[in-house]
Amino acid sequence: MSHYTRTQSQQHPTQRQFNPYTENGGTILAIAGADFSVIAGDTRQSEGYSIQTRYAPKVFKLTDKAVLAVNGFAADGNMFVKKVKQRLEWYRHAHSKDMPLRSIARLIQTMLYAQRFFPYYVYNILGGIEEDGTGAVYSFDPVGSYEREACRAAGSAQSLVQPFLDNQIYFKNQTPVLGTSHPTHLPLRHVVQLVIDSFTSATERHIEVGDGVELYIILARGRGTQGLDSFKDVQELTPHAEGERLFVLRRELKKD
Amino acid sequence: MDSSNIYKKSGFDFSNQIRNNFLAAKGVPVPKATSTGTTIVGCLFKDGIVLGADTRATAGEIIADKNCEKVVNPSCCGAGTAADTEFTTALISSNLELHSLSTGRKPRVVTAMTMLKQMLFQYQGHIGAALVLGGVDVTGPHLFTIHPHGSTDKLPYVTMGSGSLAAMAVFEAGWKAGMERQEAIDLVSAAISAGIFNDLGSGSNVDVCVITKERTDMLRNYIKPNERVTKERHYKFTRGTTAYQSENIRKYIVDESITYLTGSATTATTAEEAMDVS
Repeated sequence: MSHYTRTQSQQHPTQRQFNPYTENGGTILAIAGADFSVIAGDTRQSEGYSIQTRYAPKVFKLTDKAVLAVNGFAADGNMFVKKVKQRLEWYRHAHSKDMPLRSIARLIQTMLYAQRFFPYYVYNILGGIEEDGTGAVYSFDPVGSYEREACRAAGSAQSLVQPFLDNQIYFKNQTPVLGTSHPTHLPLRHVVQLVIDSFTSATERHIEVGDGVELYIILARGRGTQGLDSFKDVQELTPHAEGERLFVLRRELKKD
Repeated sequence: MDSSNIYKKSGFDFSNQIRNNFLAAKGVPVPKATSTGTTIVGCLFKDGIVLGADTRATAGEIIADKNCEKVVNPSCCGAGTAADTEFTTALISSNLELHSLSTGRKPRVVTAMTMLKQMLFQYQGHIGAALVLGGVDVTGPHLFTIHPHGSTDKLPYVTMGSGSLAAMAVFEAGWKAGMERQEAIDLVSAAISAGIFNDLGSGSNVDVCVITKERTDMLRNYIKPNERVTKERHYKFTRGTTAYQSENIRKYIVDESITYLTGSATTATTAEEAMDVS
């Protein structure tokens, strides 16, 4: 007891700190196909054990062929998307065309690394159609390291979703049945089903995932809508069928 | 030697404490116990008490159990460390039975409350049990909350756990004295639902327990507002998907042959096969 009172009466140098960051939960995910790309995110925004809103989009249309998903600190994410959109608008005014996907990816890298010592506290996933008409997914870390991939999950349920994707997309731990081989690209319908199941499953086991999910689907120039027709709740965002076509599919998720 | 005795002293065993403190100092992560987030409530009505609980158990941000039972005992809901609530209530319920046997009277709710708070206070909050205790005894209906450090409250409507604010908001808006049974059940369900939908630590189903002088009714999964939707795909792996390093097929049919040593069977065998027994 005497020891305790002694330490309490001692003058400790105390450190106080302002923490500008918060973690707002949620999960994002993107999968690239041969001639399409699917980018998705849930719509719950939370802080601690509280829900801030049940509808806060994490996936944003940049151009007709590029969609960006941001996850982590929501304020930083929204600001970052705003600044990327501004840079893309400047590009349009200067060059009278949309910035190619690979260039957007490089732009995002430089924008993130510019904040190397006060980073945007977000994980970015960029999805869309490359100039050669292939579906592409680029994933970034908060300070700009990036990579083109076939699929990527990020956010609070990354540890639940990515292993599922590795198994179902890359066929990890699955040996092909004798005389057959694994496909390199999955059909659109199959991919959309996997994305929806990823989110309903993450909702089951992660407290920060739920409320709703938004899937953005980008089809390459000239590709028909085959594979999308079976989902009745799909809505087209592009006004005409020539060029790349962008669709959005919204689904409710459990709200507990 | 006390430690070598197989008949150990009753109560908690602290023999690993020194080793675990050493390990923790070395940087070995300490295992974490399940469940802190919860919504549990209790409410007084005309003929007794209604208790309610959600059914989500969490380990950090992962949902460990989607349909667990937090009405640990027909008269007690537990929040906090799952194991602590279960063992504490089991121990007290056992001691309460012995107490009633030795006194020859039916146990009272205050007795259970006092035993629980004295035990929890003795352990200075290290037993992480947060309880809602309710019941009807000879002196009438009683409802208590018991906090991990041993403090208690006696109120007509109570809530505990991470969803306690959401649930209390419903009680504050809707509770009135002398409610009917169904009215009270509906209010408790609404309070738990508020926790389920507005608190991330709570979720899944509503469990309700109604205690009156005559009987106790456990209404397990009284409302199930969070059923999983059917999956878009089936995930059954085709035969031959699992990799293997070697194959070994064993024959389980046992071949038996009978060799007769004596009797008429010897005559049936041919000359070459016959065993020489001379």
